[in-house]
Amino acid sequence: LGKGEPKLRTLALLSVEARILQRVPVIDSPDAHMTADTPDAASRSQARAGEYPTILPAGERAPGFTLHSTPDQMVTLDELRGRPLVLAFYPADWSPVCSDQMALYNQVLPEFKRLGAQLVGISVDGVWCHKAFGEARNLHFPLLSDFEPKAAVSQSYGAYRTQDGTSERALFVLDNDGVVFWSYLSPVGVNPGAEGILDALERLQAQRGAANGASKSTAGTTS
Amino acid sequence: MSGRLALPVGPRDHTQGSDDAPVTLVEYGDYECPHCGRAHPIVKLVQQRAGMLLRFAYRNFPLTEVHPHAEQAAEAAESAGAHDKFWPMHDMIYEHQPALGLKSLLLYAEAVGVDPRAVATDLATRAYLPRIREDFMSGVRSGVNGTPTFFVNGLRFDGDWTNVDSFMVAIASAAK
Repeated sequence: LGKGEPKLRTLALLSVEARILQRVPVIDSPDAHMTADTPDAASRSQARAGEYPTILPAGERAPGFTLHSTPDQMVTLDELRGRPLVLAFYPADWSPVCSDQMALYNQVLPEFKRLGAQLVGISVDGVWCHKAFGEARNLHFPLLSDFEPKAAVSQSYGAYRTQDGTSERALFVLDNDGVVFWSYLSPVGVNPGAEGILDALERLQAQRGAANGASKSTAGTTS
Repeated sequence: MSGRLALPVGPRDHTQGSDDAPVTLVEYGDYECPHCGRAHPIVKLVQQRAGMLLRFAYRNFPLTEVHPHAEQAAEAAESAGAHDKFWPMHDMIYEHQPALGLKSLLLYAEAVGVDPRAVATDLATRAYLPRIREDFMSGVRSGVNGTPTFFVNGLRFDGDWTNVDSFMVAIASAAK
């Protein structure tokens, strides 16, 4: 036990640190009132610290998926490969923050395209809900439905909120080969904007440019 | 995420108040956004209360897919700006938010003393679209995620923009 204790403490500290790094919502969360002085607050927050998802970090291969993009069309991750892909997980169609977030991405779409990237939104909403939401907001990018088996894809990316039954507000930028280049977990009540995505896409482009330049110059010396 | 103004306020901007004011408030707004309409008189109150402390700059952040008139209204304000009438036109548009069609915008131009034909030409040639796009992208790069978004001395104001006092607290602490 003497040996185990510091290790436990380190683990506890790490988990606190991880929560801070991930900007885990406490105030913004819809269940924030539960973290007040309710009798089970301590055990609850402990449980949350343990079960809180760690979203897929950079360097990991993105798990494949096959999801509905319209009521009669499916899309797979493999089909989306070959250029940078932005996955925007969000809790719910129609909710105020998401609507702002999706409206913003809709508006920034030309910039994503300029950087060669494709964008998809993902939530646990059903296909008809997505269709109505996309039409009402004139969204020009697909919304994928992580509906059945419920949230399986969100879970595989570590972007599922068990306590709410919805996806997290989480962003992933995948490179052309389907490897996570950048990921970000936003407090659920906060619209993360587009700046982080654009920054990641530009860094990805620069990296690829440098790699291409290097391979070209190598080719140059060998020929 | 960073919430820092990526493009500093400079000669390109429409500003009110002295360039030497210790505090600069920047708003990213959309002329058709109802929240921005609500913020408009609040900003006026803040300007009154802060007085010489404050310089105010307005930049465009039109969400055209949800607000079909927002971009045209922004272009009309910019066009009026070329005739030194940006602020009267800006006020006029925010005070008449329900009517932002082309005819209305040209009427507002005339009312603030700008030749409506000049504005009509600018709208037809989309003369100010690149500038509005520049405003918009500077907002995106600064962490603007919806409208209105405010910056106080370059830092995003995440307080309650519906409350004059919360602005005043931010301005007072930035002025120190």
